Amino acid sequence: MLELDLTAELDRQLSVCNACRYCEGFCAMFGAAQLRTAIGSNDVAYLANLCHDCRMCFDACMFTPPHAFAVNIPAAMSAARVETYARYAKPAVLRRLLATPRNAALAAVAAGIVVVALAIALWAGVAALWTPQLGAGAFYRVLPYLAMVVPALAVTVFGAVCVVLGVRHYARDIGAGIPFLTAAALWTALGEAVTLVYLKGGGAGCYDEGRGSGRRRFYHGLVFWGVLADVAATCSAAVLQDFLHQLPPYPLLSVPVVLGAGGGIALAIGAAGLTLVKRRSDARPAEPRMIALDNAFLGLLEVVALTGLALLAFRTTAAMGSLLAVHLGAVAGLFVTAPYSKFVHFVYRLVALVKNASERTGGSS
Amino acid sequence: MGGPLDAPVLLTSRPPGRARPREVDVVICGGGNAALCAAITARRAGASVVLLERAPQYMRGGNTRHTRDIRIAHVAPNAAATGAYPEDELFADLLRVTGGETNEPLARLTIRESTGLADWMAEQGVRWQKPLTGTLHLSRTNGFFLGGGKQLVNTYYDSALRLGVQVEYDATVRSLELDGRCITRVVFETGGAEQRLACGAVVVAAGGFEADVDWLREYWGDTASGFMIRGTPYNTGLALKAMYDAGAKRAGDPRGLHCVAVDARAPRFDGGIVTRIDAIPFGIAVNAAARRFYDEGEDLWPKRYAIWGKLIAEQDRQFAYAIFDAKTAGRFIPSAFRPERAGSVAELAVLLGLDPPALVATVAEFNAAVRPDCDVRLGALDGCGTAGLIPPKSNWAQRIDTAPFYGYPLRPGVTFTYLGVEVDAQAHVLAQSGDRFENLFAAGECMAGNILSRGYLAGFGLTIGTVFGRIAGVGAAQYARA
Repeated sequence: MLELDLTAELDRQLSVCNACRYCEGFCAMFGAAQLRTAIGSNDVAYLANLCHDCRMCFDACMFTPPHAFAVNIPAAMSAARVETYARYAKPAVLRRLLATPRNAALAAVAAGIVVVALAIALWAGVAALWTPQLGAGAFYRVLPYLAMVVPALAVTVFGAVCVVLGVRHYARDIGAGIPFLTAAALWTALGEAVTLVYLKGGGAGCYDEGRGSGRRRFYHGLVFWGVLADVAATCSAAVLQDFLHQLPPYPLLSVPVVLGAGGGIALAIGAAGLTLVKRRSDARPAEPRMIALDNAFLGLLEVVALTGLALLAFRTTAAMGSLLAVHLGAVAGLFVTAPYSKFVHFVYRLVALVKNASERTGGSS
Repeated sequence: MGGPLDAPVLLTSRPPGRARPREVDVVICGGGNAALCAAITARRAGASVVLLERAPQYMRGGNTRHTRDIRIAHVAPNAAATGAYPEDELFADLLRVTGGETNEPLARLTIRESTGLADWMAEQGVRWQKPLTGTLHLSRTNGFFLGGGKQLVNTYYDSALRLGVQVEYDATVRSLELDGRCITRVVFETGGAEQRLACGAVVVAAGGFEADVDWLREYWGDTASGFMIRGTPYNTGLALKAMYDAGAKRAGDPRGLHCVAVDARAPRFDGGIVTRIDAIPFGIAVNAAARRFYDEGEDLWPKRYAIWGKLIAEQDRQFAYAIFDAKTAGRFIPSAFRPERAGSVAELAVLLGLDPPALVATVAEFNAAVRPDCDVRLGALDGCGTAGLIPPKSNWAQRIDTAPFYGYPLRPGVTFTYLGVEVDAQAHVLAQSGDRFENLFAAGECMAGNILSRGYLAGFGLTIGTVFGRIAGVGAAQYARA
């Protein structure tokens, strides 16, 4: 759907919603839509990311197709979110990765693995890929510390800058030039984001397999906390190495391994669960382009989680070198594609939540 | 008989040694709130239940799909409603809207039973929410269920199916076969084939007949051609007719219908709540000749909106137009369609298909009669009436003089009909001869006229449907299994 068509279509659909209002108990989007008598493209960018795709409004709506009013808010909002990710992708030339998410993910992971494997072969010799390494600094005998950390930092900084630039542009647009970031609004928004409150569907859950359930919110929570635990694991490892001068691998009962393994297991279960729930869900309120983005990103997370767990399990064996190449390659693929994948959803959503919190307290309009 | 009704689950419940071979204990005709409450209750009471819903699955639920709240008496705040709403107060409200015309024992029964509904509904999985925007005046008297009526219907179907109620969609009830005062079979049509289902008891909860415009024409003449039907196109009253054919006694005024002003651009059927126009008290209403015809400011809108359907029905071609200006735009809940909008009254008339000089003259005459400097307050009776104008506008009269000018084309939109069958306190349908059918029960819109004979009390139709659905379900199960 062309962007202009989508704005006109959401303007039409939301005028039905604003006259009805039965769904306003499900989430904040409907209340926010009611404040707007006409919907422009910036309103769409805001409302679409305020929508958390719980889909309860589709289940509850008496005007869904084939009714003449043809209201399908979750599908239209999903399409609008895909547009958001593309419109605010920086640099703009890379937005085309969003159009082919599976190929982008596969290519990035494959390239990442090849590059890491080549680096290992050049540094430690090809045999390092299948030679056991034991004791402190085992990983760094396969690939030196700086060869890991410098590219990782470079990719992270590049991605972060791209995302920040895009989000700044987005925030300017949805705020219509009026700043809406206040400490109170940020605090409210963070609370809503961390608890995934709008995946509760006002208590009904998310509409997936024919009725509301808490599955999506549960699995989404596992993914979120899993990723956070893995980030914390990496940070704690850096502390051990750089301040306490203990080189990895760390024992099973160390902070980095417990956090990393716990996070990896949560991520593996969460990503698999989300993928399955989405696959079994009613397809009518879904948008194919968003499903493609979901599948590619969840697939990447699953590969990262499973290869990380495999590396932990077999780190004392001959497979360590190869597993290290595969895991680091997958992580590289995840990081490189992050600004042009479903990864960005939470940033736009958080900004939309801040705007909403500010709007509800009369911060701006 | 063929098809899914041969499923063995039905046959296992046939009581051994019973004279009449039976395929199911209880047949429910209908698929909305009252029908589902009856089905769930009958199934919980141990009966095997088949529910015949005329609509396809995506349209299931009758006009319950368009509801959003239920009126319940309560002595203290509960999960559904705030404050207290004593039974006597609800009864007084009912007397007020019906002009005292109600079957008091049935009304008292409904109100008493309503006190337990918030809990019972929650047990079925219904969730309560805060009153919707613009409905704060109902927060004490009415409970709002999360997501509105279709969500309620979905929850009840889910509950009924889990309990083992057999649901047949696209099943049109044609007639009831009788043996004396006892229904022996329900004859219905599905997939082009007629089926005759032998049963122990029957609950009819299939709504009114408002979607059968020919039937409406019997009482309304050609005016009926101008009616929009706000709800499901499947409420054509076939099950009601089947009860009449079996000898059931009529209740309610056949001309009685709830009818409001709706957007003329809406689809003929099923526009629901989103085509209702609340603009009338904010400006003026004119007919196809661009003349005003009734006091737009007679009383607060919630007390008056339900008379406007019939007022418009009395106008030429059943059309009217709500005209207002920039001063009041955005002051009321919008409809699904944007109003027509123009820079002058004459241009607006062109957009609406009215005679421009006539509309300009009407607006000028109205503006001249508006009392200057009156403090117009839209939320209350402000006494800002016109002077020397016929008909007057008694409140909220302010000049229509600020561009842009807006207009909605209006038609009468029928919400529901009042005609039904007479029932007793056990939901038994009464026969014309005065005795009652042994095993025929009615609930919901097709018997609500016993209690709500006329007028409107927000959310009370669902109260009647839920209370009598449950009574009918218990009665039918007990009869069928006795």
